[in-house]
Amino acid sequence: MGSKTSFDFDSNIDTALNDGQLRKNLRNAMDILVEKRRAIFPDSDQLQQLRAAGNAIKRRALKKLPQLLEQLEAKCTANGIHVHWAEDTSQANHIILEIMRRHEASAVVKGKSMVSEEMHLNRFLEAHGLEGVETDLGEFIIQLNHETPSHIIVPAIHKNKDEVAAIFHEKLTGTPYTEDVEELTAIARRTLRERFADAKVGLSGVNFAIAETGTLLLVENEGNGRMCTTVPDVHVAVMGLEKVVEKLSDVPPLLRLLTGSATGQLITTYINMISSPRKADEKDGPKEVHLVILDNGRSSILADPQLRQTLLCIRCGTCLNHCPVYVRIGGHAYGHVYPGPIGKILTPQMEGLEKAGVLATASSLCGACGEVCPVKIPIPDLIRRLRYESYDQEAAAVVDGGGYKKNFAETMVWKGWELANRSPLLNELGTRVAGAMGNHLPKVGPLKQWTSVRTAPRIARKSLHQRLRDEGVNHE
Amino acid sequence: MNSQLSNQTARQRILARLHASGTEQTDVPDAPLPSEISLAGDAKIERLAALMSAIRAEVYIVESDSWQDKLKQLARKRGWKRVLYGPQGPIGPEIESAWPADADDLPKLVAYTQPVESFKSELFQNIDVGITSTRGGVAETGAIALWPTPAEPRLLSLVPPVHVAVLDADTIYNSMTEMMAAERWTDGMPTNALFISGPSKTADIEFTLVFGVHGPKELIVLIRN
Ligand code: SF4
Repeated sequence: MGSKTSFDFDSNIDTALNDGQLRKNLRNAMDILVEKRRAIFPDSDQLQQLRAAGNAIKRRALKKLPQLLEQLEAKCTANGIHVHWAEDTSQANHIILEIMRRHEASAVVKGKSMVSEEMHLNRFLEAHGLEGVETDLGEFIIQLNHETPSHIIVPAIHKNKDEVAAIFHEKLTGTPYTEDVEELTAIARRTLRERFADAKVGLSGVNFAIAETGTLLLVENEGNGRMCTTVPDVHVAVMGLEKVVEKLSDVPPLLRLLTGSATGQLITTYINMISSPRKADEKDGPKEVHLVILDNGRSSILADPQLRQTLLCIRCGTCLNHCPVYVRIGGHAYGHVYPGPIGKILTPQMEGLEKAGVLATASSLCGACGEVCPVKIPIPDLIRRLRYESYDQEAAAVVDGGGYKKNFAETMVWKGWELANRSPLLNELGTRVAGAMGNHLPKVGPLKQWTSVRTAPRIARKSLHQRLRDEGVNHE
Repeated sequence: MNSQLSNQTARQRILARLHASGTEQTDVPDAPLPSEISLAGDAKIERLAALMSAIRAEVYIVESDSWQDKLKQLARKRGWKRVLYGPQGPIGPEIESAWPADADDLPKLVAYTQPVESFKSELFQNIDVGITSTRGGVAETGAIALWPTPAEPRLLSLVPPVHVAVLDADTIYNSMTEMMAAERWTDGMPTNALFISGPSKTADIEFTLVFGVHGPKELIVLIRN
């Protein structure tokens, strides 16, 4: 999955829609997350103020991005953290491979990191005879079953406990079958504690990197992130370059937005701030800390004033939970690492419209994602922009593969539409014709496809123009 | 050598693209933060205790000069066998002085004074409880702040199944922001700083809440007032 060059989105959607269990699991889970978020932000004025502040903090960080990354590098280096830069995922993977080889590590214990998913790190390590061990409970479950995350916050949410019970029983030798969630969790705890104690290298993502102090901040509930960043001799953190923020004081409002939006929590169990490797007299903690700063297309996204808003994202996942499409098809149908609304805008920009532009079509443009996004990314606008670029190269398309969908017939249709709507006379003529014949239009072409699963809208006999003329305006 | 070179190249090319992106020319609107909560001393204690209890931390308010009594009471009641602590830490001497050498019914005190490399199996297998001091608390969200030190290492609050944290009431701040500013955290961050709001937990299987998935199953906060 993931970097597959082509995938059949339509058939993925069909499969997902016909999977009743999946739809039920998802619906329940998303309802819970939506409700928890609503409860944690009871005051809507305050929430709007907080969102505006979060937006401004992240925009300021993007405005100063090159400077902040250099400052982060300087601070981290002064603190004793090794900083690496990677233009693409292959470079990032090789940096990690080299660190592991230098330490003769055969495995790396991993905290939850979407960037490492973006890198397909586990697959890469496997190809080099090494092992990436997922330790977040949800990630652990799906790794055992050779799956990828279906949600960026709750990666195994498509699985119910019976399925988890079967996976543990089958994949973990000597594990009796149990559907008791406490017991299942205890099994994971036992299994993974051994891995933590033995591992030479631990890996984590980064939620916020603070330029002012050279600090890597991680948010979690389970404690596996703390294990991965504290027990092994070496800690490697990977981050997308947009994760840097300017000041320590920028962090509390962003944390409030992140944890509130992601899981409806005032604060997570752990906020883990790492600023250096183990110092001379300290008894534990890694002796080496590495930070890998990954670009992978982000610097190109930054070059467009509208599209750069994609990089404000703090990966809270709430746009997934509120998306009517995601709730029905789940994360795997999208066929890429980042599903849901954020995936629809991020993936086509990273992989090009030709490969992933179809993702932008999976939206009803209901606008929910844009309304809940804690940093106010206008996701629907960006979806529309990507759709537009899919058709029209001439509008100075900036995303790779722009105009890939353009064909003569569609271009003529849109040209005609443009003409008709610019000329009041043609417009009125058009609506009159539609009014007279609308409900008897032959169902062919796109209209046929559209109406095969939907009821065709009834077109009013009289146009609004006509009615205004006939009936006048009633200011009631 | 080769990899250093490619690292330099990558760095330069990325920074060049960022500079060329035009991002530095954007306008950023001013957006004030919502006002912070501001509570009196007792209200701060109450809020912290209420919020942390709500997510399954056990919070006890104890007398400053006899807090060890509560610790011993818990130790006896729960049958703890081996308790890990930092003898050189701020509460080390107070723990030792409360532990009579001949008390058979109290757990054995184990000192975390060696590097973890020579202590790992003991730490992972034979310790019931880790005790730490705290740097302070946050009322707004309900959390304690820890800055682990050589005397109270990082794993003390993570590996043992129970974490006991001793918090002084007068170090509870309204908010994280207030605490970071008042204590001038930006002057120098420690190797590791933590906010902890409860025991380790997960809801990854069907949203069923389970405690102690990787870290402590129990978090006990003794607030010395
Ligand atoms: S786009 Fe907004 S809502 Fe979606 S994951 Fe990113 S920050 Fe959250």
